[in-house]
Amino acid sequence: MKPVPDADTQPYWAGIAAGELRLQRCAACGLAVFYPRAVCPHCFGAPLTWFTARGTGQVYSYTVVHRAFGEFADQAPFTVALVDLDEGVRMMTRIVDAAPGQVEIGLPVELTVRQIAGAGLACFRPARPPARQPAGAPQAAVR
Amino acid sequence: MKPTRRAAIVGVAESDVGRTPDLTVLSQQALAARAALAEAGLAKDDVDAVFTAGNWSWAPSMTLAEYLGIQPAYTDSTNIGGSSFEAHAGHAAAAIEAGLIDVALITYGSTQRTSRSRNAPRPAQLTAQFELPYGLPQPVGAYALAAMRHMHQYGTTSEDLAQVAVATREWARLNPRAYYRDPITVEDVLSSPMISEPLHKLDCCLVTDGGGAVVIAAEDRWPDVATRPVVILGHGETHTHDTISNMPDLTVTGAAQTGPAALRMAGVTLDDVDVAEIYDSFTITVLLTLESLGFCKPGEGRDFVAGGRTAPGGEFPVNTNGGGLSYTIPACTGSSCSSRRPGSCAATSPGPARYRARRSRWYTAPAGCCPQPPPSSSAPVNRNRCDPVSPMIR
Repeated sequence: MKPVPDADTQPYWAGIAAGELRLQRCAACGLAVFYPRAVCPHCFGAPLTWFTARGTGQVYSYTVVHRAFGEFADQAPFTVALVDLDEGVRMMTRIVDAAPGQVEIGLPVELTVRQIAGAGLACFRPARPPARQPAGAPQAAVR
Repeated sequence: MKPTRRAAIVGVAESDVGRTPDLTVLSQQALAARAALAEAGLAKDDVDAVFTAGNWSWAPSMTLAEYLGIQPAYTDSTNIGGSSFEAHAGHAAAAIEAGLIDVALITYGSTQRTSRSRNAPRPAQLTAQFELPYGLPQPVGAYALAAMRHMHQYGTTSEDLAQVAVATREWARLNPRAYYRDPITVEDVLSSPMISEPLHKLDCCLVTDGGGAVVIAAEDRWPDVATRPVVILGHGETHTHDTISNMPDLTVTGAAQTGPAALRMAGVTLDDVDVAEIYDSFTITVLLTLESLGFCKPGEGRDFVAGGRTAPGGEFPVNTNGGGLSYTIPACTGSSCSSRRPGSCAATSPGPARYRARRSRWYTAPAGCCPQPPPSSSAPVNRNRCDPVSPMIR
């Protein structure tokens, strides 16, 4: 199911296409805002300015979907979660690349953009602890 | 603040419920409205306010009023999901108090079972573009997220949730119109197919067709009606979110605001309430609502429902017609909640819950409304033949 970008959300989806998660911040109160808006839902300030999120957070809640519908029916079972980003906003997502039973509330996760039913979406996978690299060693591929 | 011109429920009816391939959303509402007005001893031309909601029309109250042949003086298609109709009752009471109307008609209809429209795709636009593309089945997936969080915070288990389904089925066994009447056990719930963890199939409400209607009249019309008016003592409404990621706390519903508001207006306390009609879209919904209303502390819902406390013969009856879990749930149960009991009724909004009080009954749905003690009256009570309930709480 393809999301329908609009004037509010176009920069978000452009970010996803570029592999990054873009949020807004209110110039007046300084709080991060998601989903994208024209006016801050906290202080009603404007404008909101875009920035790139770290792409890390933790699972606030999740469910493993066994019975899905429409174009998602064949994907079950899959894990849908609400993730609290480090910037202080919550978003729905899919948890991918997790071993069965690995997902739990509080699990640290990191961004990965995946194709789901034909749409590039912000998904999350269990965060990998920063690898201890011997000096001079090449960076390990993350994907 | 006590209303200066009181409002009361004077007629309640349902159309056929369950599977109704020969009815439309409009004929369901018309037939229910006709029966409810007949019960009240009122005529169509007495109706000066029309309330309905649904996604079957771009302007439901306009479509319905035209179909019924009513030109209203007050009209309302407010859609806040299953609690819409409790909110409508509150709006009707407020309009009556303001002197704007005398007789309000609230209706609802759904053919979701026959038309298999429950999971019809919606466009992923506006705020929905950040949720629908992830494929979470709605509404079960959202409640599953809440259940998982509740389990994490409070140690609630699937067995605890199953208690709600078992007790509700016990009530349905006493209701000849209930969709499911065979007894079930906790084990049956746990062994039913997993839908969206941690919710099993038997944690989920039914998907049925059905229509309902409620007639609400101003105090000055009570002498004209054929039923014993059930006064609306208090009501409250709110909504906390639309997308589930924006629910401030997955374990607290809007009933935390609407319950106290309705009680305050009614001038009663939770101690006056001895029966509750709680919106039961899913088993977790009942626990969250009982906690949010304050019947027990956060996280103690499982103890509140344990050991058949809410079942027939239990200390605190809940969902006495078999609820959405076993009786019927044509998508937005608010109307069937309200129609559960001709009698007193209260309305509160958002937060699944409706309930009944000791002297009165109290209903809340995902919106909320709080009914009042029936005034003593010599008027004959014309019991709604369409609303069989357990004789235990008559």
